[in-house]
Amino acid sequence: MPTTLNSQIPGGPIEKRWDDHRFSMKLVNPANKRKYHVIVIGTGLAGSSAAATLAELGYRVTVLSFHESPRRAHSIAAQGGINAPKNYQNDGDSVWRLFYDTVKGGDYRARESNVYRLAQVSGSIIDQCVAQGVPFAREYGGLLDNRSFGGAQVSRTFYARGQTGQQLLLGAYQALSKEIAKKRVTFYPRREMLDLVLIDGRARGVVARNMVDGSLESYTGDAVILATGGYGNVFYLSTNAKASNATAIWRAHKRGAFFGNPCYTQIHPTCIPVGSGFQSKLTLMSESLRNDGRIWVPKKAGDARAPGDIPENERDYYLERLYPSFGNLVPRDVASRRAKEMCDNGHGVGTTKLAVYLDFADAIRRNGADWVREKYGNLFDMYHEITGENAYEVPMRIYPAVHYTMGGLWVDYNLMSTIPGMFVLGEANFSDHGANRLGASALMQGLADGYFIIPYTIGNYLASGTFTPAGTDHAAFRDAEKSVAGVTARLLGAKGKKTVEEYHRELGTLMWDNCGMARTAEKLKKALTEIPLLREDFWKNVTVPGSSDDLNGEVERAHRVADYFELAELMVRDALHREESAGGHFREEYQTSEGEAKRDDEKFSYVAAWEFAGTGAEPVLHKEPLAFEYVKPSQRSYK
Amino acid sequence: MNFTLKIWRQPGRTSAGTFKQYTIDGVAADMSFLEMLDGVNQKLVRGGEDAIAFDSDCREGICGSCGLFINGRAHGPARGVATCELRMRHFTDGEAITVEPWRAKAFPVIKDLVVDRTGFDRIIQAGGYVSVNTGGVPDANAIPVPKHSAEEAMDAAACIGCGACVAACKNGSASLFVAAKISHLALLPQGQAERKDRVTKMVAAMDEEGFGGCSNTYACEAECPKLIPVTTIARMNREFLLAKK
Repeated sequence: MPTTLNSQIPGGPIEKRWDDHRFSMKLVNPANKRKYHVIVIGTGLAGSSAAATLAELGYRVTVLSFHESPRRAHSIAAQGGINAPKNYQNDGDSVWRLFYDTVKGGDYRARESNVYRLAQVSGSIIDQCVAQGVPFAREYGGLLDNRSFGGAQVSRTFYARGQTGQQLLLGAYQALSKEIAKKRVTFYPRREMLDLVLIDGRARGVVARNMVDGSLESYTGDAVILATGGYGNVFYLSTNAKASNATAIWRAHKRGAFFGNPCYTQIHPTCIPVGSGFQSKLTLMSESLRNDGRIWVPKKAGDARAPGDIPENERDYYLERLYPSFGNLVPRDVASRRAKEMCDNGHGVGTTKLAVYLDFADAIRRNGADWVREKYGNLFDMYHEITGENAYEVPMRIYPAVHYTMGGLWVDYNLMSTIPGMFVLGEANFSDHGANRLGASALMQGLADGYFIIPYTIGNYLASGTFTPAGTDHAAFRDAEKSVAGVTARLLGAKGKKTVEEYHRELGTLMWDNCGMARTAEKLKKALTEIPLLREDFWKNVTVPGSSDDLNGEVERAHRVADYFELAELMVRDALHREESAGGHFREEYQTSEGEAKRDDEKFSYVAAWEFAGTGAEPVLHKEPLAFEYVKPSQRSYK
Repeated sequence: MNFTLKIWRQPGRTSAGTFKQYTIDGVAADMSFLEMLDGVNQKLVRGGEDAIAFDSDCREGICGSCGLFINGRAHGPARGVATCELRMRHFTDGEAITVEPWRAKAFPVIKDLVVDRTGFDRIIQAGGYVSVNTGGVPDANAIPVPKHSAEEAMDAAACIGCGACVAACKNGSASLFVAAKISHLALLPQGQAERKDRVTKMVAAMDEEGFGGCSNTYACEAECPKLIPVTTIARMNREFLLAKK
């Protein structure tokens, strides 16, 4: 394992770095590509696009997903859109501006070189998706429409109604299907990766559980790509899908991959508030709603009147008041924190008082209900089904919810982790978003990684070494299988009294209360003592009925929750050590007099990359310093 | 609210299944149908029993994983929603609710309420795409697409591949699913090059997978959570006939 991190960032002017790097990288000649075998875990935007593109180039590709079909991955649920600085609207957009907005939006905690490359390739993503037949929204002249999103003052977001993620994923899924049909990709459904296999220090395969019959299967290759998404479900309640989990990245972390910035969590401002204690997940309402909806709370704390009975002059449109130039379109972290503050001060609405209004009355007055329906109809329908309320008549109630994790496995400029041969794409890596991700940038990053970055960088890795054939009969596979089987046996053998679900909810509440939207050293220290106790109790007292050689959802969830306990502890440690506020990481001790996040650039302008040192043992912190040559860090201002 | 549930239990693909009865109380009207089932499962797990297996993931009606046949209706009584979006307010207190898996020859049961829908993937693999590789494509605005075509394509592309159309159809036909993809791509200029080949191959794959034919009952449209219209089937038939010439 390396003791110092080498981010492999090329030198020279930033606008030439990716081009120069592409030229300097080694190529695998077309006839040799078929000799290499790449394993891809996960079929969201990053995984599907990578697998399809690598197969088109001629590599042999094996794809595993815990879903029955690649199309079910959670990228499908992204609503609002995807950014690209095409400047089709002639409103002053450019690669440079998207780069600037993203570095600033991330509160100066992202790598400049990565962000610039992301902005650079994002235009090609739109071209690619249109060529695949993605039905983006269009104007009457037949050209593409755009809308604006939080943290930007230009309209650069491409969208397909409120189902952009679905349409982009289906595009990537169809590209993948085309390669499966050509037998250049082999797809294995209902397989969950439970361990990474290293041979001679390099990633050479995985062990996965066949979720239908429970058997453990080994897969071997010359490189492994993890595109397994984020870890927001640590909090139990989040906008993630029920099965989204951290197990693949966590098991790889335990095999030596460093974990970058685990505490950077995004809390999305516009979600449907928590209803009952039975609630299984939270539902996001696209941020695009903030284009036309106005956020407000009653001026008077504890005002219990119906929203329609509160006159205009007794309402506080607090985002418009506090941030006149960005108004309701401030970045997500700012909007979320302000909503929490309003509710903490007694201005919350609804039965739980943990909600603020998102009101479309003005937009309906101005443009008519049909106009609103055309733009946001599916979101209003979804809100209606969930809450039973008609948002054309009464304002929506919204509250922040865990949505995305900017942290993830540390990768270098080539998207390779600290384990040679293991690459990490999309939300699973610690990514290009710094401490806060701007809206419509997740789809952009996932597809940039898969379509346009990994196809180049993986070639360089494969061409740079020699690979001795490693069959699944290698002892390393037996060891990994044994280790996984051991964990399963322990989970089944505890035969305790509490369900996996109960532990997960308890951990989630603990994390939300102590490592959520507002963190303090005191609360974090409390969590750091409570998590290990809960984890120990879990291993002694969990009940997992049924057997391991069957389709058994309880076994699947038990593995995932076991990993959440360890990951949660790392998140808390990271949050405690970062004595500053930055983007989604807000420490109450570090704020400006106006309640904004206060960074400490002198001490914390680095990526925290943690090395695993054993369960319960203190992990080792490695620092990758961040240099800002082009966008000078300043106090973010959206006023 | 309280409910009596009759739920299909089947240990595996080749074993025989049967209905089993469960009761649940303290259900809130705002709970989703799947949250209610989570409650039943928690009770089973606490008692050391095997939980009822069902597919579910996003729980916001877009991933297409969930799909239960509730009181004889695909995705239950509400129109235009998937099972995960369905709330308990659509049921009356004390009601007996029957829950079954999708039943179709081409969707074999894997366990309990989980079925194998990989036939859908194989139909897409037969031609449900535009054969462009990554890179080397024209600028996104190079080919204008009339707004109404893009909108109509999007109406069809909204399909979530849940299989409700198949489950609702007395013939177990996948016509609405296949027609949605055919329509989506036939309506866009990008889909033109492979238009004839696509419909021929996808229809053949549908037959090969063991899905039945369409006899115009419109049950699929009535149960589709994304309200995909049967006019897409008319378009598929037209495309199919034109492709033959």
